[in-house]
Amino acid sequence: MSAVIEKLGHDAIAAKGRLGAHKWLILRRMSQLAILALFMAGPVGGVWILKGNLSSSLFADTVPMTDPLAFMQLIAAGHLGVASTAVTGAALILAFYLLVGGRVYCAWVCPVNIVTDTAHWLRRRLAIKGSARIAREARYWMLGLVLILALATGTLAYELVNPVSMLHRGLIFGMGFGWAIIAGVFLFDLFIMKHGWCGHLCPMGAFYGLVGAASLVRVRADNRAACDDCMECYEVCPEPQVIPPALKGERRGGGEASAAILSGACTNCARCVDICPHDVFNFGLRFPAAPAGRRQPQLIGTARHGA
Amino acid sequence: MPTGKHAKGKTVSRRRVLSDAAKTACGVALFGLAVGLYARPSRSLPADAVRPPGALPEKDFLGACVRCGLCVRDCPYDILKLAELGEGVATGTPYFTARSGPCEMCTDIPCVPACPTGALDHTLTDITKARMGLAVLIDQESCIAFQGLRCEVCFNVCPVRGKAIKLEYRPNKRSGKHAVFPPVVYSDDCTGCGLCEKACILEEAAIKVMPIRLAKGELGRHYRLGWEQKQKAGDALVTPDPEHKYNLPEGLRYDHSGRGLIADEPAAPRTGSALDTLRKGIREAR
Ligand code: SF4
Ligand code: SF4
Ligand code: SF4
Repeated sequence: MSAVIEKLGHDAIAAKGRLGAHKWLILRRMSQLAILALFMAGPVGGVWILKGNLSSSLFADTVPMTDPLAFMQLIAAGHLGVASTAVTGAALILAFYLLVGGRVYCAWVCPVNIVTDTAHWLRRRLAIKGSARIAREARYWMLGLVLILALATGTLAYELVNPVSMLHRGLIFGMGFGWAIIAGVFLFDLFIMKHGWCGHLCPMGAFYGLVGAASLVRVRADNRAACDDCMECYEVCPEPQVIPPALKGERRGGGEASAAILSGACTNCARCVDICPHDVFNFGLRFPAAPAGRRQPQLIGTARHGA
Repeated sequence: MPTGKHAKGKTVSRRRVLSDAAKTACGVALFGLAVGLYARPSRSLPADAVRPPGALPEKDFLGACVRCGLCVRDCPYDILKLAELGEGVATGTPYFTARSGPCEMCTDIPCVPACPTGALDHTLTDITKARMGLAVLIDQESCIAFQGLRCEVCFNVCPVRGKAIKLEYRPNKRSGKHAVFPPVVYSDDCTGCGLCEKACILEEAAIKVMPIRLAKGELGRHYRLGWEQKQKAGDALVTPDPEHKYNLPEGLRYDHSGRGLIADEPAAPRTGSALDTLRKGIREAR
């Protein structure tokens, strides 16, 4: 394993160059920071392009955007007469993520992702082994809990502790002791559990995961014939369980699996695209099931093993 | 994967799956309990925090506000603030502090339409109808107007001056010859903007905006005020309207214009001993 970690990414850099092997990572960080910058440009520089925060915002003073999970909490809390702005806003955001991939929110927008990615990077650097065992399904329980809490208390109770809105709102409007919660998430991911928060617990990730299960843009393993089983994509993927069907092409019950990663848990982060020296992965749509531009399927298993 | 190992793994994993699921459920439930308990005290707004105009009643507001801060952004006076963790106001919800930055009562109320969810009620279009709280002249001992000095600053800054705050007129008992003009707040017209609290010249304001639940009493629902009923009915409710009578001892009258109790004629001089009077009383009773 440590051999894999030590040489992690070397092949990709050799094949595509340092920039090429980090293309999507760089784009992702740019996206995350640009969104934050747009929100902060108002209060800091007086340039009002995006107003509000990720829970609800206004783009260019006209387009409303509302987090659908926040919206669902409003309904669960009994605020049935939600003003039309938030209804439109939630519908727009839902439609957007149905298009680009549900957990694009996690990988391209959410500010906590930078925190947990940093924790993960440090974890690898410090070679911290061992990880608590929490089922990945825990996040769906958490999602249920968020709505039950709203229903039971009649308030948006989870928003009192939600690290995602806490961090984003905090950066823009002032954090108070919110840092403690963010530090908690960071330390949890660093010392207690690998991919602990985003991969197992975060109810927002769970919600966008459900959206992603039906969304149009997906990462695909169209060039899966070229895979040489180096396993590096599994190593860098925050949700490695989503890869095998698309990569190996086998469905559990037999038959050929779609080349698209259909699991909603995939964050469309494209770390697999970056790390693969043979460009097995690419962005595409959830259709067609068969690998597009399939290259000599008989190469499966023989490709570059000796190289 | 070899099938043998696979099959064996499966039997172990079924138990494990069940216990994992139980653990997960318990863990999540515990977390939920903690959040639920934490959410309880944060439901009541601290007395010195005031919600923006149009805010739904506190309990509903906490279920209607998504904590986006759009109201904060559209307030031209920048008085609104989203609560930070540890401040006592439910984290992320908007409020202002009257003493440091009161609501200036914009006639177009920009904060209200900015709210995407309706946590600030969009039907509020007349700022004088806002009821953010209620000003209370909470300390008459330190308010200098009550000491007979001509301050009246709170009265003069009030945007609903003369209705929400009026100056009363009273004789100054201390000097015996001057007047006292104490400011008195009327809840029918006070919007709770807090301009008066901000303007109060004391070190610590004597007039403060309080949440209405703290500032107001409430008459029992069954209670009827006779004179209001009479006015509503346009006439006496009991006919014939009995003329008010005092139950005064014989030979005594009451004068409203200041003379008070008046005895018609000097009381008859007492005769005999107390014992005689008692006997007379007993005889009369028979
Ligand atoms: S009415 Fe005006 S001053 Fe008062 S909170 Fe709203 S925007 Fe601010
Ligand atoms: S605009 Fe409405 S939803 Fe947003 S913070 Fe203000 S009151 Fe809450
Ligand atoms: S809070 Fe004070 S200034 Fe504002 S309306 Fe009431 S009495 Fe007037």
